[in-house]
Amino acid sequence: MSKKVHVQTTINGEAVDFLCEPRNSLLEVLRDDLDLTGAKEGCNNGNCGACNVIMDGRLVNSCCVLGVEADGCEITTIEGIGSAANLHPLQQKFLEHAALQCGICTPGFIVSAKALLDENPNPTEDEVRYWLAGNLCRCTGYDKIVRAVLDARNGA
Amino acid sequence: MHAFDYATPESVADAVVMLSDHGKNACVLAGGTDLIVQLREHRRRTDLVVDVKKIAELNALSCDASTGLTIGAAVPCYRIYGDAEIAAAYPGLMDAARLVGGTGIQGRASLGGNLCNASPAGDTIPPMIVLSGQAEIAGPNGTRKVAVEDFCTAPGRTLLGDGEFLVSLHFPAPAPNSGAFYRRFIPRNEMDIAVVGVGASVVLSEDKSTFVSARIAVGAVAPTPLFVREAGDALAGQPVSDESIRRAADLAREAARPISDMRGTAEYRKHLTSVLTRRVVEGAVQRAKE
Repeated sequence: MSKKVHVQTTINGEAVDFLCEPRNSLLEVLRDDLDLTGAKEGCNNGNCGACNVIMDGRLVNSCCVLGVEADGCEITTIEGIGSAANLHPLQQKFLEHAALQCGICTPGFIVSAKALLDENPNPTEDEVRYWLAGNLCRCTGYDKIVRAVLDARNGA
Repeated sequence: MHAFDYATPESVADAVVMLSDHGKNACVLAGGTDLIVQLREHRRRTDLVVDVKKIAELNALSCDASTGLTIGAAVPCYRIYGDAEIAAAYPGLMDAARLVGGTGIQGRASLGGNLCNASPAGDTIPPMIVLSGQAEIAGPNGTRKVAVEDFCTAPGRTLLGDGEFLVSLHFPAPAPNSGAFYRRFIPRNEMDIAVVGVGASVVLSEDKSTFVSARIAVGAVAPTPLFVREAGDALAGQPVSDESIRRAADLAREAARPISDMRGTAEYRKHLTSVLTRRVVEGAVQRAKE
């Protein structure tokens, strides 16, 4: 075991310090040390997008980021997007369009879609589909997800 | 993942010292989209991960009409295609930068990392070759520059020696009447690994009727991305015609020495090399005319 490193971040608007080994991924730190279990471990190799978070304004696969790399960074996880009492428009539209079944991929999709709407508030269907190509869903067949994101444009 | 130490040097010189001290037991981290997965899956071992993203030269991104384009080795894809001036001047490079993984990968993955990972199917490598890219390498004996086509030596292997690492990539300013194009064949629409990838750049005469010069490179059909010099040379001085382009495509097909694997048979890949080369040269010609 190598020495733990002190990492200072801002997560969902709050200053968060943690200790982690260099070998721990950001995903492991979020889930196992910080109890932010919204980001999911799907493939753990950058293919499925279930672990996606926004880091310094960019969408990243948190399984492909080391926790130590997050030092000085601002991170948004699904826990920072809406709340049970006050859903984010994307979350509301996912419900209205039944854009989920088992739900494992949903946090990753919402985070990815938020990153898209932050950058491009009025994407075309093609732009939505290409942007979300790095998020895999094995239940819905994607159409309902794409419709939910399209419906959340402008409202987001 | 096995335990390792982590360092964030802030200068090229400091990174060289760290890498030299550890020899083969150190590795360089830029976007991490290949490295972290390889460490996790025990395909690589290391005692020290040297994160080069705090070094200014590795984050440089500049474009100048006279001196050309410089891309720091750690600059992620999104910064490259997000720069309107660079995207307009080097569309052939954008073709590839936009299709490495999904959006989350492009938030981290760099052209430098794609080159150092040395996959035969690395999408950004054929366009970097045809755009006459030069790789600037720092090491214990100072810096050196090598052509991108000479960088990869085998699957996953490069000519980087102990203590050496890639600092930046340089591309000359586009010549007048030139165009470049990259396209890969995949059975899906997105998020896949090339069965065959082809890059081409062409320079046309002022009236756009004749090839002045051309460069063609192919991916996923040899142990490394392959510069097919003879295919481009065969176009030089020839009229822009179906016949001349078909001849170049035949030469690219002949140069391809693919294997058969889950993505396609050798025969299929050779056929694709010819078809894609034709289409990609036509795409480059079209851009040269625009």
